[in-house]
Amino acid sequence: MTLTVEDVHFSYQSGVKALKGVSLTVKDGEFVAVMGQNGAGKTTLVKQFNGLLKPTKGRVLVNGTDTTKTSVAAIAKTVGFVFQNPDHQLFSETVEEEIAFALRNFGYAADVIEKRVEWAVNLLGLSQYRKTSPFMLSGGERKRVALASVLAWDPQVLVLDEPTIGQDHQQKENLRQFIVQLQTQGKTVIIVTHDVEFVAECSPRVVLMREGKIVADGAGKDILTDEKVLAESSIVLPQVAQVFTYLNIPGFPKNVIDLYEAKQLLKKKLERN
Amino acid sequence: MTSRLGGSVFDGLKFRKVSSPIHNLDPRMKFVYVIAVFIAAILFGQIIPLVILFVMQVPFVLLARVQRQWVRSLRGALFLALFIFVINVAGNFFTQGFALTAKNWEDAGAMTLRFVVLVESFSVFFLTTSPDHLGLALETSHVPYEFSFAFTTAVRFVPVLAEEAQTIMDAQKARGLELEKGNFMKRIRNYIPILIPLIVSAIRRSLELAEAMESRAWGATKNRTNLYALKLRRGDYALLAIIVGLLAVTIYAFIFLQVPTVRSFLGFP
Repeated sequence: MTLTVEDVHFSYQSGVKALKGVSLTVKDGEFVAVMGQNGAGKTTLVKQFNGLLKPTKGRVLVNGTDTTKTSVAAIAKTVGFVFQNPDHQLFSETVEEEIAFALRNFGYAADVIEKRVEWAVNLLGLSQYRKTSPFMLSGGERKRVALASVLAWDPQVLVLDEPTIGQDHQQKENLRQFIVQLQTQGKTVIIVTHDVEFVAECSPRVVLMREGKIVADGAGKDILTDEKVLAESSIVLPQVAQVFTYLNIPGFPKNVIDLYEAKQLLKKKLERN
Repeated sequence: MTSRLGGSVFDGLKFRKVSSPIHNLDPRMKFVYVIAVFIAAILFGQIIPLVILFVMQVPFVLLARVQRQWVRSLRGALFLALFIFVINVAGNFFTQGFALTAKNWEDAGAMTLRFVVLVESFSVFFLTTSPDHLGLALETSHVPYEFSFAFTTAVRFVPVLAEEAQTIMDAQKARGLELEKGNFMKRIRNYIPILIPLIVSAIRRSLELAEAMESRAWGATKNRTNLYALKLRRGDYALLAIIVGLLAVTIYAFIFLQVPTVRSFLGFP
């Protein structure tokens, strides 16, 4: 299950050129964070992954299939996409109906749907809300319902658009645990985010975009500590990296973004003194 | 569905702030002009005067430099125009002795053209009049501020809603919804997952807007004054002359002239 983006250009009908020659390969089981300023083309890029937008030039291959040669519904089965705002998709009378919606669209049998819904509500701690209207839930819970409604069909690739917006610290931590869990199952996870601290904690592969192009692509700890590249994209260093840059201790590695790793380094240094 | 809704259907209602001789005209005068074209289009049931009315709008479009959006909004009306044409031809066919005469075709064509003239003149008006201008015109016409504000807000939010509808469509398509699938009834039902989030978010947005307005002391003073005042200028008087001329010619022709038909030129009975 590989996602390949080959020199993709994309313009909206309004004439705005959102992507100007993007090439990217996401391998099976990878965890990728797409970062960049507003209007850098992040969401436009990930919308190419399930065919919601088709390239005006270049091509996107999902497991070898060109997205222009198939329907969104067909690709959606392998590439699940959770939108930023859950209110853009919730419409059912109950949470379980909401989760079953996609499963019905994909034509699963009734008993399979029942099992999948059961599995999804348990996975995201929504079992007590099964019969509740999604509109009665809090913002964080609605976001979880939206996530559950996509996870229900167990897609191999999961795209999350701004998953941390409007989430408190605990919910973010739950989300991180959840992504780790998906990773151990070998799922590919792609997140679009502004949240530097969240990315620093997860330490995925980072794809940094600016003005419709990819300007940096590599390990999170290398890119999120590259002051020059980040400054050009108006991104601040993660706090741990800021501390390390500020301390500027000789012999210390520059590319540290993980709190635990930082603690170990400092501890060793202090013990030696 | 390949067309991006946000970029096409509602384009005629999306206002771009530009300055042109037409954009700068007084909205009240423009509205009177639209009404005059309306009256003329209703009075004439023949193709030739309707063609003249149609062509009369073109200089306005070119002066305002809105030809692209204008053509797009006409294209949007194409389906309905075709529908009107077919219904008229069929209607005349069944009521007038099951014969397709030249008159039959011409009358149907005139009805369709009348519709197109109405659409195009309205679209020119909306393409060249900002919601602010429109609200101002309503206010100076002694419409209570609450109503004119509600109206301008509604107009302003149409493109926002269109964009939101597009996002919702994308979100549901990503969950395997296929809008074009199934028979007629099924296709209508396919839109439920799009309409419900759209309505819910519109209501939510309106409540938020109300709160934001109240927190900024909306309606605190009874005697509002406007930063911009509408004033009739040279261009407006020129338009007034055109309106008077148009109405005079229309009424004269309607009462005293026998308007020639296309078929009489071509030698049909």
